Amino acid sequence: MTSDVKPLLPRHDDLVNERLVAWYFLAALTFLTVSMLAGLLVALQLIRANPLDGVELLSPARWRMVHTNAIAYGFLANAFLGCLHWAIPRLTLRPVASVALSYFIFSAWQFVVVCTAAGIILGPSFQAQDWVAELASQLHISMSLGAQGVEWGETPFWIDPVAQLGLLLVAINFMTPIVRQRGPMYVSLWYFMAAFVWTFLTYGMGNFMPEYAVGGVSGGAVGGLFIHDLVGLFVTPLGWGLMYYFVPIMLKRPIWSHGLSLVGFWGLAFFYPLQGIHHFLYTPIPMFLQYGAIISTIAVELVVTTVVINFIGTIWGDGEVLKKNLPIRWFYCGMIYYFITCFQCALQVTLTFQKLIHFTDWVVGHAHLVMFGVFSMWIFGIMTYLFPRLIGRDWHSRKLCEIHFWFSAVGVFIMFLDLGLAGVFQGYYWASLAPWDVSVMGSQSFWVVRAFAGLMMFAGTLCFLVNLYLTWRGPVRELNPDIDVAPALA
Amino acid sequence: MFESKAGILGIAGIGFFLFAFISNVWTPILMYKDVTEKTAEEVVNYRVMAHFGDLNRRYPEAFQEAFGEPTEENCAAALRLGRQLYIGEGCWHCHSQFVRPVSNESKRWGPVSTAEEYQNELQRPVMFGTRRVGPDLSHEAGRRSNDWHAVHFFDPPLVSPDSPMPKYTWFFDGAPNKPNKRGLAIITYLQWLGTSLDSYPYYEQVNADAEEDY
Ligand code: HEC
Ligand code: HEM
Repeated sequence: MTSDVKPLLPRHDDLVNERLVAWYFLAALTFLTVSMLAGLLVALQLIRANPLDGVELLSPARWRMVHTNAIAYGFLANAFLGCLHWAIPRLTLRPVASVALSYFIFSAWQFVVVCTAAGIILGPSFQAQDWVAELASQLHISMSLGAQGVEWGETPFWIDPVAQLGLLLVAINFMTPIVRQRGPMYVSLWYFMAAFVWTFLTYGMGNFMPEYAVGGVSGGAVGGLFIHDLVGLFVTPLGWGLMYYFVPIMLKRPIWSHGLSLVGFWGLAFFYPLQGIHHFLYTPIPMFLQYGAIISTIAVELVVTTVVINFIGTIWGDGEVLKKNLPIRWFYCGMIYYFITCFQCALQVTLTFQKLIHFTDWVVGHAHLVMFGVFSMWIFGIMTYLFPRLIGRDWHSRKLCEIHFWFSAVGVFIMFLDLGLAGVFQGYYWASLAPWDVSVMGSQSFWVVRAFAGLMMFAGTLCFLVNLYLTWRGPVRELNPDIDVAPALA
Repeated sequence: MFESKAGILGIAGIGFFLFAFISNVWTPILMYKDVTEKTAEEVVNYRVMAHFGDLNRRYPEAFQEAFGEPTEENCAAALRLGRQLYIGEGCWHCHSQFVRPVSNESKRWGPVSTAEEYQNELQRPVMFGTRRVGPDLSHEAGRRSNDWHAVHFFDPPLVSPDSPMPKYTWFFDGAPNKPNKRGLAIITYLQWLGTSLDSYPYYEQVNADAEEDY
């Protein structure tokens, strides 16, 4: 791509603001830790072993919303922004629009995430005060100080405009180098460009429409489309875009098939957004719309399979690297989990499955495999690759890196199997018309296993954090500039 | 076109998004646009008023302080606050509000949900929910008494042994017979859910005559 302009290549330091990338990663890891602790709190509550039950500010249900929001906006968004600050300037050979703007976005985004968490935790405590109702009737808005009633759109209403503006600035900051770039665009940039538009539109749709504009069943359709698009049009394209960037670099070979890359991108773009309603099957939303959502879901699963095939084609014949190269192992393990979730999705979206598993832990297992098993694993791979570069030291301990991988990969898979099975049991308990407590008691053993699986994932993350600290405080151990992967890992 | 900036931004970014928006969101909006969305005042009925009055009799001091007299207007205010708390406290992450036409749900919880039930201010955003750790609440009104709810919120295992539902002690001034404004509001809200239906009050049918659905 760049061979003929090589002498003019800008220096890496002029392109990438490494300090900012590191800051984003640190913020991401902080919120990941918070979110995992929140997850553990809820898991303990379900097995009735929560020592803090009855403490208002540690209310498990409020912290469940912190759990999901800290993951989406605190961990994934921060980590992705960090990765983009590395990848986009290097792909376009141009720096982002402005350093000052970048730092402003960084601080504004942390403000958004912290305020979201604070709002969710403190908001309901003040909800009953008289001034709230008075303001609400004056302004004709519903004034929920805490969470709002859309999943992943819980962001309190007073934060929404700030977050929306932040997303606009993010788009401007990154689109500037992309627009200025000349010549053919690499696959990653297609995904990134589209993601900037989609995220902005999706956030606006989910955080304003169901609250202010549309009520009732049609509002449900908006909410369904929102949770769906947030995963499919914000997390997914950024994740795949980064895979298209990092995998060929680390394997030192091009992507197997350009044609399949095209199919994957355009298939995702067309089919993905058509499926929002599949989150609310059997609701009063008109049935023909539900069928449409189901069919396009099955279609998109076929399309994403082509992407996975493309990546398997890329590594074909070079499987040995999976043993030695840790980031590559993170990536490909994530892709296998991706394939599993997509396959599962094509089944569970059918009305036959929905009858049984909707509302059960099956869905929660699915959510963890996608969010943790796929996208977080990719991010961990990228962090494992980039951190030594960002802090100028090779990893302190390869062993801790390995433990991080195995605890995460195995932990989340146990959680997935366990919750999937729990979901099937719950579905049958409910249909059998046994009293509700029977289903709750029947779930206990699964929930205990889930808590341990969660502890395992958390332990993996702690190893990573400890390793990072030791690396950072340890002596400078130069990276070999000739090889792309940190020597300890290759 | 498939690899150009204009194609990706215009067709994939905006075009496909809009297409999905029109088909998946605009269509239901058009279909339901003539069903008017009722306000909280309009959905207050004699059934929820009976419970609102009962709360006033049981907990007069707290009630008078929180809402004054048990008028319809004050009931609407309590419903609004109750719904806000239902959302803010995250109840909807453990309880659903829709009865599906499958899985014997209409035996357990009453008639399958219809679009009309959701066409009111208190269902904006709609509280369908996505997870049931606890039972569906869309027809909860009248199934339990007010003092049952009070004790249940204070410490769920007191009335429902083995319950994993969290305690909501902050809905009370220290004891289950002293609900505060938040406690009264959320109980009022629960006693409203499903009051518009002919089947009110619907008592859970368990193990009665389970259909061979599976
Ligand atoms: C961690 C999940 C969880 C949360 C959060 C939760 N609940 Fe529950 N809820 C349950 C479970 C499980 C049951 C069934 C056992 C029982 O009766 O306690 C239940 C039962 C109930 C019942 C009794 C239903 C019946 O008639 O049998 C009501 C009413 C209720 N919850 C209301 C609420 C409200 C209101 C909130 C929010 C303030 C809430 N719940 C939060 C799990 C939860
Ligand atoms: C310490 C490890 C973790 C534990 C113990 C844990 C536990 C939980 C629990 C108990 C719930 C609520 C489930 C329910 O309502 O029944 C939940 C929901 C969820 N968690 Fe986690 N979690 C952990 C880590 C993570 C991570 C790292 C991610 C994402 C990267 C994640 C993503 C989610 C999502 C998306 C949901 C919502 C599921 C849904 O609504 O369907 N969790 N988690």
